[in-house]
Amino acid sequence: MFRGASATSLVHMFVAWRDLRFAKGRFALMGTVVVLITLLVGLLSGLTAGLARDNTVAVTSLPADRLAFAAPPDGQEVSFTNSSVGESAWRDWAKQPGVDSAEPIGIRTVNGWAGDRTVAVAAFGVEPGAKIAPASGDLGPGKVVLSTKAAEELNLAAGDTVRLGDVEETVAAVEGGAMYSHQPVVWTSLDDWQKLGHSGTSTEEQATVVALKGSADWAAGDKATETRSVPLGDSLAALASYQAENGSLQLMRGFLFAISALVVGAFFTVWTIQRSGDIAVLKALGASTPYLLKDALGQAVVLLTLGTLLGTALATLLGASIGGAVPFVLEAATLLVPALVMIALGIVGAALSIRRITAVDPLTALGSAR
Amino acid sequence: MTLTLNDVTLTYPDGDASRLTALDAVTLSVAAGELAAVVGPSGSGKSSLLAVAATLVTPDSGVVLVDGTETGTLSRAEKAELRRDRIGIVFQQPNLLASLTAAEQLQVMAHLSGRKPREVRARALELLDAVGLADKAGRRPHQLSGGQRQRINIARALMNEPAVMLVDEPTSALDHERGAAVLDLLSGLTRERGVATVLVTHDRSHLEVADRVVRMEDGRLGAMSPSGV
Repeated sequence: MFRGASATSLVHMFVAWRDLRFAKGRFALMGTVVVLITLLVGLLSGLTAGLARDNTVAVTSLPADRLAFAAPPDGQEVSFTNSSVGESAWRDWAKQPGVDSAEPIGIRTVNGWAGDRTVAVAAFGVEPGAKIAPASGDLGPGKVVLSTKAAEELNLAAGDTVRLGDVEETVAAVEGGAMYSHQPVVWTSLDDWQKLGHSGTSTEEQATVVALKGSADWAAGDKATETRSVPLGDSLAALASYQAENGSLQLMRGFLFAISALVVGAFFTVWTIQRSGDIAVLKALGASTPYLLKDALGQAVVLLTLGTLLGTALATLLGASIGGAVPFVLEAATLLVPALVMIALGIVGAALSIRRITAVDPLTALGSAR
Repeated sequence: MTLTLNDVTLTYPDGDASRLTALDAVTLSVAAGELAAVVGPSGSGKSSLLAVAATLVTPDSGVVLVDGTETGTLSRAEKAELRRDRIGIVFQQPNLLASLTAAEQLQVMAHLSGRKPREVRARALELLDAVGLADKAGRRPHQLSGGQRQRINIARALMNEPAVMLVDEPTSALDHERGAAVLDLLSGLTRERGVATVLVTHDRSHLEVADRVVRMEDGRLGAMSPSGV
């Protein structure tokens, strides 16, 4: 007799589809809100990734497992700005068992001059021939390798001359897209890099960090060299500008996600309240609560999916068109992941709203209350 | 008997400690193909009787049998299933869903039962024809008159071939002529389709269509009267 048990397993909608078509004005309005929020989230995600790339790509693309910083005073964290390691540090690191390579990298922001152009660049000093820099074989005294962005901004090509601080250099090659702290990278020899700034009172050759590769006892190495090594990914925390910038943008993105869930939840709360008379009738006619919940949730999924897809498509088009003018990363991680998060959070918001369906009393459908 | 209420009592909280008796030891049996009208003034317990028979309210005591199933032991889901498959409800107001066409108002009943609406479209159209609305299948409620909506309300109640039809004041929103037409329709469908129909109303006109009329007052059923009394 109770053949209707299969009703609860229905996944297709009936009333919900027709409500979507019938109340298209209301759903179009809500869909537009979802589209706009998705567009905003997509653009913000692409911009966040683009800014992060311009801030850190020179570090994240290093072929290294860890970076060793000068050990900070107790209670302080490592920092690119404050770190300065002596030659003995990378020599000692190179001797540690399990360390395949220990390459010093000097990092300093200087002005680069070429003709009438002045551009702030990040000078990365490395040992000539070290495999951590592009075209490092071309590096040497008085010879630098420019990243493409640096070459573009300074309007230079191989063979031209560039002045870094007070040092005149020849462009040996243009290669790679390294950026650091939103500045294009210029790769120099470590010896030339020393001349770009004060080396303090130390008689040793200095660098900012040591790029380490291998699988060593890192803690023992830190102790032996008086440094603190951290995994490459974690080293971004030592870049203050990246932390502040990325933190702010991620916070904005998080708020947008929360706002979208709340907006969708609010819409479906009002919608469910408006439909409570219909829900009471359907219950009185024999609709099970799971049937009604699936119907309503399906409606939310359709609305969210369509809105998010459209918003993501718009973000992709806009991102593609502004990609050359602003740092913008157009890839699955920056567009599809936020879209999926939007849908998931929207469904959570909708699910919390439509659960009030369970509280609707079918008895209210009887009598003249409606 | 297709519908049996045996010694059913229902009370509601009324104030701090007291309870109001809505149904007082009510006993009523309706056979298949029979139309029983329950008349009484407002507040006499007619709606409570309907709510109990529709399994929307559980009585304090007594037995309710719908098509042989004792409803007192059923879970909420089983009661919903019983309403869906064995009980047809005709609401006082048509209570049609605004987004559905006339045919879809009926097809949704099949969807609730797990059947594909497309498969039962022919039956929906046949029922619309039976209530004189074959040409209105594609109309939405706002495109129909009050009488037409009430006819769809009746057709919807019959969609899943119920054993019992519970009808709540079907003429209250209709004029005299349309009310009579709706009662005639209900009477005809009850006999034609072999449904046990309980019609509750405060309006005594046109009750000659009922097989018997039962008077209700203060939660008690009075003596059964012949039709038309």
